Amino acid sequence: MSGTNGSPITVLHDEELEARAPWAHVIEAGCTLRIVDLEGNQALDCIFYNADDPGERYSAPDTIVAQQNIFLVAGSQLLSNEGRPMMTITATECERHDTIGGACSRESNALRYGFHTRHEHACVDNFLLAHSWRGMGKRDMTSNVNWFMNVPVEADGTLGIVDGISAPGLSVELRAHMRVLAVISNCPQINNPCNGFDPTPIRLVISR
Amino acid sequence: MESAAPDTSTTLAAREHARAQGVRRAEHQPTVPARDAIGVVDRAGVAIAPERMLWDDVVGPGGESSQVLPRGAVIRFTDVDGDACANLLVYNAAQPLERLNVADTVKVQWRAYLGAGSLLLSDMGRVLLSIVADTSGTHDALCGASNRTRNEEKYGSGAVHGDHPNARDRFAVALAKHGLGRRDIVPNVNLFKGVTVDGEGRLHAQEAEPRPGAYVELRAEMAVLVVVANTPHVLDPRPGYHVTPLRISAWSDRATTRDDPMWAATPEGERAYLQTEELLATTGDRS
Repeated sequence: MSGTNGSPITVLHDEELEARAPWAHVIEAGCTLRIVDLEGNQALDCIFYNADDPGERYSAPDTIVAQQNIFLVAGSQLLSNEGRPMMTITATECERHDTIGGACSRESNALRYGFHTRHEHACVDNFLLAHSWRGMGKRDMTSNVNWFMNVPVEADGTLGIVDGISAPGLSVELRAHMRVLAVISNCPQINNPCNGFDPTPIRLVISR
Repeated sequence: MESAAPDTSTTLAAREHARAQGVRRAEHQPTVPARDAIGVVDRAGVAIAPERMLWDDVVGPGGESSQVLPRGAVIRFTDVDGDACANLLVYNAAQPLERLNVADTVKVQWRAYLGAGSLLLSDMGRVLLSIVADTSGTHDALCGASNRTRNEEKYGSGAVHGDHPNARDRFAVALAKHGLGRRDIVPNVNLFKGVTVDGEGRLHAQEAEPRPGAYVELRAEMAVLVVVANTPHVLDPRPGYHVTPLRISAWSDRATTRDDPMWAATPEGERAYLQTEELLATTGDRS
């Protein structure tokens, strides 16, 4: 295999992550993470941490302010809370991705859909579980990216998660600028259209 | 005007010199006790009874202040001269692991912009603060606050000890005094400086005429830790570091009850108040 610039690619990790599951992996500086929306319209909640100092982590506000746009697109640079580049979107087949919609939690699901959803699985529980594997915790929760999720803002300020614009097999590719810990929740949400009401697996490929 | 150097050659002289300074007033300072604050009136123009006053402070450009306030407190931020920017973080004072979540705040309320009637929601699906009055109308829940890197790029310096303090380090200092740290800094909201999002997703700083005296009043729905810095908005289009004093006044009042129109204004908000009530019932705060 070779990359877009013709240099050889070494696949370091290639995994199909089952629906609804958490995932965490360190990506070395210069390596690439490719995320494949295998069955289409599967939202993937994602936070990046500086693997050597997790107090430095992805910041949605810094990222959208720097590019003066709320949508993540090809070329978007994901910035940390210290204003440093963490990842760049080197390619994306899905036109844009969200970073203002946050992660679903059992507590916010209860507000959005009713108390009957309080015991449904949610992204924040996935993040907290993944954090627990590394001695991290709720203090490490912060803003996140929602790959393949569609959150428009209307002229009057109305905002919401609407039908996705992804499709089966579409992928997004990111290059790491620092040694990052990527923590992912393959979103289990079934009360809004972010997963087409049917959470599905995704593929995660780390390469150098 | 003092011409001669003060005599601080002995401990007694130094003590006298220090104590003589106690009568001075600075342009930006708290009023302690808050009951001595002058000119705090409610929205009807009635003076707040001194015994209800909890906090009164004026934060200058680049400054910061923080306070723990009880459930039911009303916090008023006033843009005294019309160019303040209150970078605001809020925590559950009893359990600061629970904190403001701006994504949930905009998503749950189906609204990107804050104003009267908005709730500032925690990451546990509860109401930290309710916005009960707003004469400004330009606020921001998307853009966060400055960090040192950004201010160094924009203003040439960004350190707290310099001329262009960044909000993030201000937050870190304030939070440390409450046992919290950089991991506890989450995306904040900004009062008095707004942004809009256009159809292509682009962010635009709102250009508003200066409104000296504009204010926002928020009601604490649980005991809260409030941390506020007064630094320029990150999308402020001006090249210079422009920000004017922010006055904070807080007094005791009642939290939102079922008979308040805000309680059931939206089904999402009502459930947020109910989840807040549940917490308070189980932890014994029924004020």
